[in-house]
Amino acid sequence: MHPFTLSTVDDPAAAIAAHARDPELAFIAGGTDLIGLMKDHVALPERLLDINRLPNMARIEAVPDGGLRIGALTRMSDVAADMEVRRRFPVIAEALLFSASGQLRNMASMGGNIMQRTRCAYFRDEDDPPCNKRRPGSGCSAWHGLNRNHAIFGWSESCVATNPSDVAVALAALDATIVVRGTAGERAVPSTDFHPLPGDAPERDNALGRGDLIVSIEVPACAEGRASHYLKIRDRQSYEFALVSAAAAVATDGRSIRSARLALGGVAHKPWRLRAAETALRGASLDDIDTLRAAIARSFTEARPLAHNAFKIDLAQRVALRALQTAGARA
Amino acid sequence: MRHDDARVPVSMTVNGRVRSMTVEPRTTLLDALRDELDLTGTKKGCDRGECGACTVHVEGRRVLSCMTLAAMQNGRCITTIEGLERDGDLHAMQAAFIEHDGFQCGFCTSGQITSAIAMIEEAKAGWPSAATADTGRPFTMADLSRTEIRERMSGNLCRCACYPNIVDAVAEAAGRS
Repeated sequence: MHPFTLSTVDDPAAAIAAHARDPELAFIAGGTDLIGLMKDHVALPERLLDINRLPNMARIEAVPDGGLRIGALTRMSDVAADMEVRRRFPVIAEALLFSASGQLRNMASMGGNIMQRTRCAYFRDEDDPPCNKRRPGSGCSAWHGLNRNHAIFGWSESCVATNPSDVAVALAALDATIVVRGTAGERAVPSTDFHPLPGDAPERDNALGRGDLIVSIEVPACAEGRASHYLKIRDRQSYEFALVSAAAAVATDGRSIRSARLALGGVAHKPWRLRAAETALRGASLDDIDTLRAAIARSFTEARPLAHNAFKIDLAQRVALRALQTAGARA
Repeated sequence: MRHDDARVPVSMTVNGRVRSMTVEPRTTLLDALRDELDLTGTKKGCDRGECGACTVHVEGRRVLSCMTLAAMQNGRCITTIEGLERDGDLHAMQAAFIEHDGFQCGFCTSGQITSAIAMIEEAKAGWPSAATADTGRPFTMADLSRTEIRERMSGNLCRCACYPNIVDAVAEAAGRS
């Protein structure tokens, strides 16, 4: 790794001020993504600020509306083990348990998880091939290169990368909010707006700017939370990023869908909500597979495959259907 | 930047002994254990958080020592493979790996053993895994099937593919503990 300095902070305001005034400073929490990026010379911060000692940010609390507030420094394993999360929002616990490994889940923070950078092999290549996310204006090696693992929705000629977070997909399905504190105070960013599409500025991974610190993730109470499920399909059974994943949550009247939420992972630069499908699913019977399949297909008219990933279009629809059925069986 | 000036002090309890040193900020916990403290039982495989060979316990939890900085561990308690024996007696997990021939070349073994010991504590604490049928109820040790062990140990790769024997060893040690 390149040389850098490391300091520790225990006051959020001081952390925010330091980050705001110093463009070469990065926060470090679990470090499981940042240290890998630094070893591969993708991230080269001159100064690291260890935020692990910031107070009251590593806990899960009930909020008055019936939802949960997950501190940004809470470790993935602690959220996945939490009985309230498991009972009320199984999709969150499952998304976390299907992520990484036991060791990494013990290290990685929730705030860092949703900030993790793409696994596009060109982006992480030590040989530094053209990549607009890494060096704006240099081009996208994946667009005409090996793009089996890349996006089918929302990509641009500047970037076809996907977001690797599993739990971000669950949070998008649940309409969670990312609470960010910056120099101008606190603001709530809808999780579906936290990650932008690449457009012509793929170097932007998220809605954070200088001086912004994620303090918590708020999951609102919702009727669909309990009957929810995360399904992840990958090249090996465990310890692998998703080819395609789906978060499904459903509220029912008997076997009839009152409301469904669906989000996909591994298909776009951000967790991809299937809004058209959600609308079409209202009133459908969970036992009527043809209707469910047709409803999900409504969200795939805008899918655009790359040279090597057309399989994802079929796969993603099947994954969404199975996730919906499994969630429905819990209703 | 002159790197010598950038060294920072760090003090941690390693295998029950307080160890104080100065390290460059970029020194990983793995490199500090191996190069500063001569605890070479913890292995460097991929050095990218992908293989599990560098697994140690920090405050009782299994972590990858290659993916965290030594200077971030100030005041913490670390246990490595060298800290498992008691008065010359192997830890039950170490004995089980020998009994079940849970290795061939041995390079991943210290990571497998440290990971397995903490994994059993996680299971005892009721933590579910991706292999758990119903994550909505507390996990019990009676649920710790071979499938569960394989899933929970998936962060430790063995390129000699001794997995069946590793699972045997972990299952036996889990039953004894």
